[in-house]
Amino acid sequence: MEYFLSEQQKTLKGLARQIAEQRILPVRAELDEREEFPWDLIKEMASSDLLRVFIPEEYDGLGGGCFDLCLVVEELSRVCGGIAISYAANALGVLPLILYGNDAQKSKYLPAVASGSRLAAFAVTEATAGSDASAIRTSARRDGDHYVLNGTKQFITNGGEAEIYTVVVMTDAAKGSRGASALVVEKGTPGFTFGKKEKKMGIRSSATRELVFRDCRVPVGNLISREGMGFIVAMRTLDRSRPGVGAQALGIAQGALEAAAEYAQQRVQFGHPISTIQAVQHMLANMATELEAARALVYATARTIDAGAKSFTEESAMAKLFASDMAMRVTTDAVQILAGAGYMRDYPVEKMMRDAKITQIYEGTNQVIRNAIALEVLKRKAKQG
Amino acid sequence: MNVIVCIKQVPAKIKIEIDPKTGTLASGGVDRAINPPDLYALEEGIRIKERTKGKVTVLTIGPAKADESLREAIGYGADEAILLSDPAFEGSDTWATSHVLAKAIKKSGQFDLVLCGKQSIDGETGQVGPMLAEALGVPFVSLVNKIEELGQISIKVMRMSDEGHQLIEMMLPGVINVVKEINVPRIPSLRGLMVAKKAKVPVWNAQELGIDPAVVGSAGSPTRVVEVFFPQRPGKSEMLQGDPESQVDQLVEKLRQTKAI
Amino acid sequence: MTADGLGDIWVVAEQRDGHTKAASYALIGKARKLADESQSRVAAVCLSQGVEDAGQLAAFGADKVYLLDGPAPDRWNDDVYVKELVDLARRDKPGVILATSGSVASSVIPRLAVALDTGVAANCISLDYDAQNRMLVQTRPAFGGSLMANVVFPDKRPQIATVRPHAFKKGEPNSSRQGEMIRVDFDRRSVTAKTKLLNVVKDLTEKVRLDEAEIVVCGGRGLGKAENFGIVAELAEVLGAALGTSRPPVDDGWIPYAHQVGQTGKTVSPKLYIACGVAGAPQHLAGMQTSEIIVAINEDPKAPIFEVATYGMVGDLFKIVPLLTKKLREARG
Repeated sequence: MEYFLSEQQKTLKGLARQIAEQRILPVRAELDEREEFPWDLIKEMASSDLLRVFIPEEYDGLGGGCFDLCLVVEELSRVCGGIAISYAANALGVLPLILYGNDAQKSKYLPAVASGSRLAAFAVTEATAGSDASAIRTSARRDGDHYVLNGTKQFITNGGEAEIYTVVVMTDAAKGSRGASALVVEKGTPGFTFGKKEKKMGIRSSATRELVFRDCRVPVGNLISREGMGFIVAMRTLDRSRPGVGAQALGIAQGALEAAAEYAQQRVQFGHPISTIQAVQHMLANMATELEAARALVYATARTIDAGAKSFTEESAMAKLFASDMAMRVTTDAVQILAGAGYMRDYPVEKMMRDAKITQIYEGTNQVIRNAIALEVLKRKAKQG
Repeated sequence: MNVIVCIKQVPAKIKIEIDPKTGTLASGGVDRAINPPDLYALEEGIRIKERTKGKVTVLTIGPAKADESLREAIGYGADEAILLSDPAFEGSDTWATSHVLAKAIKKSGQFDLVLCGKQSIDGETGQVGPMLAEALGVPFVSLVNKIEELGQISIKVMRMSDEGHQLIEMMLPGVINVVKEINVPRIPSLRGLMVAKKAKVPVWNAQELGIDPAVVGSAGSPTRVVEVFFPQRPGKSEMLQGDPESQVDQLVEKLRQTKAI
Repeated sequence: MTADGLGDIWVVAEQRDGHTKAASYALIGKARKLADESQSRVAAVCLSQGVEDAGQLAAFGADKVYLLDGPAPDRWNDDVYVKELVDLARRDKPGVILATSGSVASSVIPRLAVALDTGVAANCISLDYDAQNRMLVQTRPAFGGSLMANVVFPDKRPQIATVRPHAFKKGEPNSSRQGEMIRVDFDRRSVTAKTKLLNVVKDLTEKVRLDEAEIVVCGGRGLGKAENFGIVAELAEVLGAALGTSRPPVDDGWIPYAHQVGQTGKTVSPKLYIACGVAGAPQHLAGMQTSEIIVAINEDPKAPIFEVATYGMVGDLFKIVPLLTKKLREARG
């Protein structure tokens, strides 16, 4: 569908595509195979100013909005979900600062991320606190002009590679969910170490590690917003970043659809390309239709956020939910269309299927996302009734 | 260093059609792009500018639409661009092209080095670089795959030769054409592309360049294309049938007959 | 322009290790034919004097052989060669100058043309004499060989053309033919050389150069993996051919870029081109479709390579290629 992008948006999308096709495409299989973090590609993206997109202008950024970020993430994901997520998680990592940080914090951290010299990561999840985020146990005890952190964060994307971590911790366990706070912790702070790199099903070029805090002293000035605001910061951050997960799912699905369509036209069976078989055509039609519907939802959500909508929790959740479930179906069908070849690692679709799975899981599993949407629906019904 | 890079706009795809009425190229409406070999020249020029804190000016001859390619070049990092455009230039052969470029370069002021790509993907002659050098009265080195040293009055370059490589010292100002092996072109930056959109690209025509229309274009060029045609392949492919043994026997027999082996 | 149809036809004859290259002999043979048709004469022009087989140049068709006192080929100097040729051409006024496309022609010939105020038709694959208009018609490929163009010089002389190495075949010498040997001394001081050769590195590793080879054997994605290039390399070895590749194997790291044939690689025009497991994308065809005989082996009958092949074999290359190698090896004895 023609989305009538502005000149700026076309330039942005075109550049992201150029990087994806010229730089990422030749190395994606190898990086996946070797589970290597794509530092060279991050540097390339930085030289092209791609990391400036999500940073405000006052801090050396280009002041792009949610939709701009989605356009970039979609193009990168179309070629490789693993590399796209390293980029997107970086954006997620600085989002709490952009939304709630003070000027000192923004001046200190944002320009470095804009230039690509430092990466960021966002950390909430723990072993005991996945969907049940309020069950986090990492504590931050106030001691003079520091907080002392103890605890472990789990499954953190960009963990170990990033230098700037926005972490949600319990500053006052007695207050329950109102006792959490968000802090910035820098790599290299004494008492802050990393667990081993996780071995994953997909997005294998992305680095996933535990963050381990043992009496880690963090300056009070690193507190984002106020004590007790931790979950509000986290929820507002995720509301804005979920369309980005949707964009990743769109991109991965797009790549899979293109690969499946191309293969179907080349693969000859019973004397004809399999693209002439109605069963295959119907699969492609379903894939394309779902993908377009997901795109419409993701784009509409991103645009409503950029236009200044006051509340978009529900829409944002829906965009992520629909797009990720769609991507899982589309990539699975793509493997099916390539059949035997699709199962082989020499062909790109099995990786796309492995990469798509995570979009149904992170930034809220699709189950907890459904809970959130249902609550919104019922709230509305309650109001009307 | 003041560096000049000459680029050409070429069809983005190489499948072409002949207009059955005129017997010439039907090139209207084809997507155009910067000649890919020129991107290596542009990248090298930008690297030289970065090393020497100099300037890169990009030139091209073309219709008004060629402005897009010049802006793209600025997006990559060139400082300025000039479009040389005049109906009289259309259909110029390589001599006429280098004549126009030479006039433009002289008009643009002092320069140290001119870089060209090895050849265009449509004409594929590789002649504009050396002809340009001769027209400017400066030295030329072809097939450069590495710039070893940049000096004030000369540069040292490695060029590809029949036996391997040669290290050549060339006095400045001079012209070189470069091969792909010389670098990996960068991807443009967003800020570069935004600057490019707003850049002023002057257009110089024949009169401003002091060029007599009679010596350029299809009418004035020393060489003229009198006919274009699709190459005749000797009939359709002969498909050799049978099992592999039989196919191989047939092939060897045919190759012997045609003295190919 | 002289009274003769084309005027004197000069052929720049290139040497390697003192011996004239086959392509130069082929070009002299062609010049001889053109000269006979147009009542003109042929002169071979050697850029340096260390030519051991100068007599052969006459045997192959030259009426005159100019031996210029320039630097030997491995002491290459563009500025000197250009000046020598310009001075000689201004003095003896040829009507046509021909040279073989290559690294010498790429720099010397275009500069010569500008100095003589004429143009160049580059990379021609055929030359014909138009008796009615008394001019040369040069045929050259464009757009990767998808298109051919006939080029003429309406007014300017000399008519200058560079010719693809395999456009013409080296004929048979006629040892009774004699030619005039003319040594041309040259005052090097008259050239203010602005370029200087500092060092020569002879590091070409290929046994047979891709762009000069008479036979090229090419592997493509159909080979499946890097190791399978061995199958194609063996065929190349038996034929004394150069080894080529389409782009996908290079992108996948199966074989170095130096072997790549195509729009972003080398352009070749050998006598025989054998494509094994190559699909025939337009970008690849651009680099080889002017080859004289093209043999294509591919399991997909719809592969585009069959559209340009002289002989096509639909089948399993893993069976066909080894059989072909075996058969050729046996014949070799």
